[in-house]
Formats: sequence, structure tokens, C-alpha cells
Amino acid sequence: MKTLSLLVPLAPLIGSMIAGLFGGRIGRRGAHSVTILGVAVSFVAALFVFNAVTLQGQGPINFTLYQWALSDGVGFQVGFLLDNLTTLMMIVVTFVSLMVHIYTIGYMADDEHNWPKGSLAGKNSYQRFFSYISLFTFSMLMLVMANNFMQLFFGWEAVGLVSYLLIGFWASRESAVYANLKAFLVNRVGDFGFLLGIATLLMFAGSMDYMTVFGTVKQLSEQSINIFGSTEWSVITVACILLFIGAMGKSAQVPLHVWLPDSMEGPTPISALIHAATMVTAGIFMVARMSPLFEHSEVALSFVMVIGALTAFFMGLIGIVQNDIKRVVAYSTLSQLGYMTVGLGASAYAASVFHLMTHAFFKALLFLAAGSVIIAMHHEQDMRKMGGLRKYMPITYLTSLVGSLALIGFPGFSGFFSKDAIIEAVKLSELPGSGFAYLMVLLGVFVTAFYSFRMFFLVFHTKERMDQHTKEHLKESPWVVTVPLLALAVPSLLAGVLIDPIVVGDYFKQVLFVDHHHAAIHHLTEHYHGVTAFILHGMTALPFWLAISGVATAAYIYLLHPEIAAAMKTKFRWLHAVLMNKYGFDDFNQRVFANGFTRIGGMFSQVGDRLLIDGLVNGTAKAVGVIAILSRHMQTGYLYHYTFVMILGLIGLVGWIVFSG
Amino acid sequence: MFSDWPLLSLLIWLPIVGGFLLLLIGERSPDGVRFAALGISLLTFLLSVPLYTSFDASTAQMQFVEMQPWIAAFNINYHLGVDGISMPLIILTTFSTLLVVVAAWEVIQYRVSQYMAAFLILNGIMVGVFAALDAVLFYVLFEAMLVPMFIIIGIWGGPRRVYATIKFFLYTFLGSVFMLISLIYLYIQSGSFEILEYHRLPLAMAPQVLIFLSFLVAFGVKVPMWPVHTWLPDAHVEAPTGGSVILAAIMLKIGGYGFLRFSLPITPDASRALDWLVILMSLVAVVYIGFVALAQRDMKKLIAYSSISHMGFVTLGFFILYAIQENTGSLNGAVMAIEGGMVQMVSHGLISGAMFLSVGVLYDRMHSREIADYGGVVHSMPIFAGFMVLFAMANSGLPGTSGFVGEFLVILASFKASFWIAFLAATTLILGAAYTLWMVKRVLFGEVANEKVAALQDINRREWLILAVLALGIILIGVWPNPLLEIMHATIENIAQQAAGSKL
Repeated sequence: MKTLSLLVPLAPLIGSMIAGLFGGRIGRRGAHSVTILGVAVSFVAALFVFNAVTLQGQGPINFTLYQWALSDGVGFQVGFLLDNLTTLMMIVVTFVSLMVHIYTIGYMADDEHNWPKGSLAGKNSYQRFFSYISLFTFSMLMLVMANNFMQLFFGWEAVGLVSYLLIGFWASRESAVYANLKAFLVNRVGDFGFLLGIATLLMFAGSMDYMTVFGTVKQLSEQSINIFGSTEWSVITVACILLFIGAMGKSAQVPLHVWLPDSMEGPTPISALIHAATMVTAGIFMVARMSPLFEHSEVALSFVMVIGALTAFFMGLIGIVQNDIKRVVAYSTLSQLGYMTVGLGASAYAASVFHLMTHAFFKALLFLAAGSVIIAMHHEQDMRKMGGLRKYMPITYLTSLVGSLALIGFPGFSGFFSKDAIIEAVKLSELPGSGFAYLMVLLGVFVTAFYSFRMFFLVFHTKERMDQHTKEHLKESPWVVTVPLLALAVPSLLAGVLIDPIVVGDYFKQVLFVDHHHAAIHHLTEHYHGVTAFILHGMTALPFWLAISGVATAAYIYLLHPEIAAAMKTKFRWLHAVLMNKYGFDDFNQRVFANGFTRIGGMFSQVGDRLLIDGLVNGTAKAVGVIAILSRHMQTGYLYHYTFVMILGLIGLVGWIVFSG
Repeated sequence: MFSDWPLLSLLIWLPIVGGFLLLLIGERSPDGVRFAALGISLLTFLLSVPLYTSFDASTAQMQFVEMQPWIAAFNINYHLGVDGISMPLIILTTFSTLLVVVAAWEVIQYRVSQYMAAFLILNGIMVGVFAALDAVLFYVLFEAMLVPMFIIIGIWGGPRRVYATIKFFLYTFLGSVFMLISLIYLYIQSGSFEILEYHRLPLAMAPQVLIFLSFLVAFGVKVPMWPVHTWLPDAHVEAPTGGSVILAAIMLKIGGYGFLRFSLPITPDASRALDWLVILMSLVAVVYIGFVALAQRDMKKLIAYSSISHMGFVTLGFFILYAIQENTGSLNGAVMAIEGGMVQMVSHGLISGAMFLSVGVLYDRMHSREIADYGGVVHSMPIFAGFMVLFAMANSGLPGTSGFVGEFLVILASFKASFWIAFLAATTLILGAAYTLWMVKRVLFGEVANEKVAALQDINRREWLILAVLALGIILIGVWPNPLLEIMHATIENIAQQAAGSKL
């Protein structure tokens, strides 16, 4: 079992190394074959592990691969924890990754057009891309399979590295290499908090190992730490908030969300894999994994819930005004990550992880469908130049419909179950801030339905707005693209029934800890009477009607009366401007942090180093020179000058002896 | 089989004698000189390997000890030996010299034999500095080290080399003069020049403070610590690539080494009383210098400032133990901090060497170090760009590279001393990534900036070999630092005990 589980992360790593180091020699075919083989092996191995650990009940398995370091009695291991949470994540990651690998064959088929003429970097870009996405799969698996904080942090930063490489994949585009630097730095701000959180836990729990740290949680919650002057903070609150800052970076929560929309500069397959389905959910996974810690700090939970609620609603709003098809999906991802975070704050970890899973399927589907549209449109991403694609691309159309319905939480589709579970949990939560959060997530449902179907109608319905040339070449994408779409549509449609075991059942009983004071999710369990009843109940509840009205509004405006959209835009110009500026986060960051920091650096360099320190040093050197020039005059070479000085000295010395004695 | 060889003497004298022989050959046969230098440096490196393989990690005792009377009248001895902190640094020295010799192959055409000789002689001297157990021997070699570096920058350096060499020389020389006074005082007190004897010598507080301050100046300049750091960027900018590599990879480490070998064990009480000063200077190095690096327009200057910032972690790790003890009441974490500092030294040796060599690769082709002259290098040099991104990531402390290990351990340990110390230290996660990756973005990525960039040739086999070896080392230590840590445990536990004790 251990060997088999090692195969899960290592197979993609080997594939990545072969494709990356020998890409030139094995060619395109070799590169995509070897990486797809690696990920396929990984997926199958993950299924076997799932079978053994979860279905056969052999888990949880916790083992160490090797000792990374031992310092001062603290062991840093590379080790794996295989339990129900891990195995679920392993399957989601490897499945989506496999689909994306296959899809990439089609999407990157003529990547050489994306590089300037004569660029040697564009020569093996196809192979490099496959190497990167396999490397990402390895990193993500190391992250979810870790049994300790050191390895978690390794995976955490390694996925960040691959994200950096892939956002800036088309290295000649200024916007892409701006976006990847921004993504890396914003993530580093999160990691900064994350690392301090790990340090807090090491100091008070004395270990890097999850289980050991969880075992000391009682003592942790009783201790306190001084941060500002003499104010006492509960250790567990400090640790949880710091860890969550890491999650805010990785899972793009306000105000560290700014990198995610820009990350759309990367090729679409990685938007699906990294910036929708897997990497951005690492923060959600991490908080769920740390549920034994978070449950002991209501302050941290409230903080988590409010941040998530802000993200869920306000980022969704921006989605309404976007015209780039990928950006709409990106803001939708931000908003959905907000939902998951709210669920975590409401202690509904199972519901959040469940939403993570369903979202991975339907959001990867939506991104890949958007990519399929982009291929057909010859890399045009502006929805104002699309329309009526339904009849040219039937498979993309249908699968997009499935994805959109799942996203808005239409009863029966997977997203319905997971989102409803979160909303219910927030409603029942009694933590400070839960009322606000409930309002936000409810309004968010309307917003989600509105922007989703605005996009859907603008792309697939309405009149054809593309130019003649594009129109003539419109056709459905090749099978390597459509098969992954269909394969992802199935779980997007059906995965909802898993609510039975995952959320209300005891799938996560051994893994996710919920304090009995925060038992919102237990109420859900009590009132749950099977999938059908859940659907029927959902259809009478508020979220369903909000979603329906969202779709209806979008249909009314964009299908029937397009002039309303224009009128609204002029009438609410200020609101439109606020949303187009994304509430000014980017301007603020650029002005205060990017420009401000470089200006501070310049000032330190010029004033601190050059003027003060070097000024002093060179000044001293000059002073020595001046003194030397002056003192040179004393060495005249005339005997009578020296005699005179000697006599003066003698008189002085004698005088001193006489008068002092 | 090596146990009865005078390995350390061989490591010192083989390159020095070899260097002088190269001078005798002169400029008649540059290729002959190159191969001879390669042979000597390779042999030296190979001879340093048994130091690791035959090392007994279970003890803090000196190993491979050699002892001969030198100047009997003053009880001065030719006394050599290594422990867990000097051994890895010696191997780093011989390794770096080998790389520098290979890196100079076609690049240096002017006075080849003298260039090679200077580096070989420098290699021997630096090994001697790490191995010396006699204070006079240490001091002589510590000063002697300046001469070859002075020549290297002065002859093969850039346009402002005279200013840079004088600044470099005066700074380091001025620092070590104070150390000499302290060493003489210690001799008078103990009647011996044995460094290990000084570790046991009882000292009152007042002399301890003065000795501590003199060491702080001597080693602080070498590290270099803020505010005595401004010689380093100037020296780096003017130095040829090989000079920069040795300067960054080895010579800075001698400062850090000095703190462990001299300051902490000889003046523990003064260290305890003045630890705040070192911590403050270290944090300023991390934060302030990080900002300064952000504003640099010259690649070498940027890396030089980044070196200062990274060396801040070394001094922070070495001196945080008193604050940990004060805050938690136990020494738990002290060893982790010092080990973190040591790993940071070794790792920085590899990473800064790699960064300077990368800049050298570009400079050899474009004859410019200005970031603004570049852009889109990845399009003409994709393999080189791959290496440089890896090194930049290591410089930003990415887990899986050696750059992570030291910073990680130091941050974890310093959290035990104070939340805010760890907080300020951890800002390197953001600042380090910002200045390094912003440079990478401007140099490697984007559109091809100009015709010269478009015409660049990717690295040749020789350059590939050097960068690949460094990359391998950086990843190896990042993925599995334990073998490196294991050889240090006993020595560093001993140092932590000495440092935590009192001599009053």
C-alpha cells in the first residue's frame, strides 16, 4: 500500500522530468505520451489507494518516507497521511489533471504561433507545457498527502512555483510576465503568514507532525502569547489566523485575491487545472485539514467566515461587468472559493470540501469549455464578438449548460447540493458575523446565476457578432477537447448524490473535527431525508428562487432586450466604474506597494547607503588626506624648525614635571 | 587510508605551491596553465572529500589535527584541525575554486597564469583560515587572504577597480586590526595562542565587552553586516566573475565562521549582553538591505545586496539563542538557529556563486550588467534561462532548494525569541522574491529588447556543466539537508553550551 501510494505523486514527477529534460529528443508525441501515462498511472493508483483506505477501511495510514532534517530534537520528515480526506483529494486532483492533460494535446497543438518568430524558447514549448502540468500534479499531490507542516509548506510553495511558470508561460507577453510576478508575490504575502503560523505551532506544540500537533490542542488553547505590548492572545487564535492568511493567498480571498484574475494570462488548460480546480482550493483543503485547530478558536472562525463572505459576494459582482470570457469564469471562481471559505467558518468543513470537489468538476468543465470556444474563435476571448455559437459547437454548448447549471446550484446538479449545504450551515451558525455572511451568500446566489447566464447567452445565444472570416471557420473542437468536456460533465451532473456519504454521512467522521458547539452541520444531518427530499426541499427554499430570478433577469436583459444592458450601464455609471476598477485594489497595490516599495528602496539606496554611509566613509578618507596635506607642511627639512620644536617640547615636558610633581 | 595523511596541510599547500609554479610557467602556454590549474584544483577538491567521508560526526573534538611548533619563543604553533563547522566550509572552498577555474577557461585571456595562480593561492589560504587552531596562524592567513583578492579585483576588474580595491582593503584591514589587539590581550592572559584555550579562559566583563566589540568589527565587516557593508557592492561590481564567486561564496563566510569560532565561545557574557546589537544589525540587513536591493539597476549590485540580506539570517541565527532563553526559559531552539545559520552559509555559497556565474555568462556576451540593457533573453538562451530561474527561485528561498532550509530553521527558531523578530525576518519571503524575480522578469522575460539580445548564443557545454553541478548541489541540499546537518550537530551543541555558559 505504501509503495502504491508513493506511485501517486512520483509517476507524474517522473513523467515531468522526462518531458522537461529530454523534451527536444522525445518530441511532442513522446512528451505528451509519457506525461499522460504518468498521470494515468497516478490516477489508477489513487483509485486503488481509495479502495483500500476508504472502502476496505484500512486507513488511516500514516508513514514516513525519509527524514528530511533533524535539528534540535525536532524531526522534519517527508511523510504521507492517507485518510478519507486525502484519498478524496487525490482522486479529484489526478482525475482533473488527467482530463486537462488530454485536453492540452488539442489546445496547445499549434503553440508555435504564440511565440515571436525565431524564439528558441518557443521551440519545445509544447513539451515544456506538459512537463509543467505534470510537475504541478506532483506538487499538488505532495501538498494533499503530507502528514506534516514542513511538507505541506513544500507543496504549498511548489504549486506556487509551477503556477508562476505557467502564468508566464508565454514569456514574450508583457501582461503574462507581469501577472506571474504579481501572482508569486501576492502568494508570498500569504506564505509569510503561513510560515509564521507554522512557527507558532512549532513553538507551542513542539512538532511539525499533524497528529502530534492536534494531540496538544488542549494545551494550546489554554496558552497565550504577547504580540502587541502586553495584550494576551490565545495561541490557537494566532496560529489559526496566521495559517488562514496563507489560505487567503493561495485560495485568493479578499484582499489577497488580486492575482487570480490576472492569472488568466496563462493558457486555458492551466486556468482549469490550477486556477480553478486544484491549486486555489489548497487553502480550503488546508483549513479543513486543520479543523481540530480551527474548532478551538471562534475568533478565527468568525474571521474566516467574514472574509469568505466578502469574497463570495463582491467578487461575484465584478463578474457581471467582465467581457473577457475567461475573466468571467475567473471571478466566478473567486466567488465560489468565497463560498467554500464561508462554509469553513461555519464549521461545515465537510460541506466545503464537498463543494471543493463538485466545483473542481464543473469549474474545470467551464474553463475547458471556454477554452474550446477560444480555439474555435481563433483566440478571441471577448464575448462581445461572439454569439450564436450553439449551432456550431453542440458538445461545447451542452457541456457548458451542464457546467453553468451546476454552478448556479440548479436542483439536481452537483453544485446545488454542495452550495445548499453551505448556505444552510451559515444560516444555522451562531458565530459573530454569521448574519452578515448569510446575507452575502444569499445575494451571491442571485449574482452567480446572473453572470453565469449572461455569459452563457452572450456566447451561445444572441446574434452572431464575429467577423466573417472567423464565422467561416467555426467548428466543434477535436475529440481530445470534447472527450474531457464530456468526462467532466458526468460528475458535474451527478456528483451531488455523494452528499449522502460525504456531508451528512460519516465519511469524514475520523478526519474533520467539529466541536459540539458549532454543530450547524448536525442540524443539517437531522433534517436530511435522502437526495430526493433534499432536492424537493431545495426547490421551496430561498436560494433556488434567487437563482431562478438571476437566470430570468439575464435572459430578459440579454436575450430579449439588449438595450437594457446599455441603459443600465449609463444610468449606474459610477457602479459600473467601481466594478470595472475592481474596487481599486489593483490601483492601490500598484501605487502603494509596487511603486511605493521601489521608491523606498531607491531612497534607502541613495540616502542611506550612498549619502550617509559612503559619505561618512569617503569623508573620513578625505579627512585623512587633508590632515596629511596639512601635516606635510611640518616636515620642512630645515634643521632650525626641528630644533625649535624640540626646544618647545622640552620646555613643555620639564614644565609638566615641575608643576605636576 | 587517509587517516594518517596530513590532509589539511595538503589542502593548504598543494594549491599554494601549485599557484606559484603556475607563475613560473608564465604566459608562455595559456592552455598548459589552464589544464595545470584544473588539475591542481581538481586534486585539491578530491583531497577534501575524505574530510567528509572520514569525519566522525559524533564528537565536537577537532579532527585531522596537525601540530608543529612554529615560533617556539612565543608558543606559536602550526596547529590545524577541523570540526563540524569548518569542515563543510573547507569543502565549499575547494569546490568553488574548482568551479572558478573552469569558469575562467575561455573568458580570461589576459595574464592567465597569474589569474589562475591568484585563485589557487587564495584557495590554500582560505582553507588555512578555516583549519587554523592557532590565533597567530589564523590572523596571518586572515590578512594574507586580502592580497590575492586585492590583486584579482585590481588587475582583472572593471573601470572603478582602484576605488573598489582600496575600499575593500581598508575596510577589512581596519576591522582585523582590532581583532589583533584582542588576540594579543588573550595571549597575555593565557600565555598561549591556542584558540581552544581561549574558549576555556575566564574573563571579566569589561575585557569581554571590548574583545566582543573588536570581533564584531572584524567579522562584521567580513560578513558584511549593516552598516559596514558598502564595500561589498562596489567590490562585486568591479570584480571579475571568479572574484565575485569566491568573495560571495567563501570570503563572506569567514565572518560568520569567526562569530562561531571566536565571539560566542570566547566572550559568552558579552555576547549575551550585546546580542540585541547583532540582532538589530541582522534585521536591518534583512529588511533595509532587501529594500535597497529592490532599487538596484545593476545585476551584480543587486545580487551583492541580496547577499548581505541573506547573510543577515546567518548572524541572526547565531545570536538569537540568548533571546530564546530569555523568552522561553530554555535553550530549546538555540541549536536549530545556529544550524540554520550554518546551512544558510553553505547554501548561500552555492546560490550566490551560481547567481554571479549566471551574470558572468551574460556579461561575457553583452559586456553589460545593466538590467535595462536586457529583456527577453529567454528567447535566445532558453537553457540558460532555465538555470537562472532555478537559481533565482533558490535565492528567493523556495522549498526544495537549499535556500529554503537555512531561512526556515532560523525563522522557526527566532519565533521562540520573539514574534516580531520572526516577523521581520520572514519579510524576506516577500522582499527576496520581489527583488530577485523582478530582475528575472526584466532580464529574461518579455519581448526581445534589442538586436544584441536577439543575437545571444545559448550556454556552451562548459558553462552548462558548471551551472548543472551547482543546480544539483542546490537541489540536493534542499531535498535532503540531513547529511549536512548531521555533521554539525555535535559541534554546534557544544558551541551553544559554551555560548550559554558564563565566564565571570
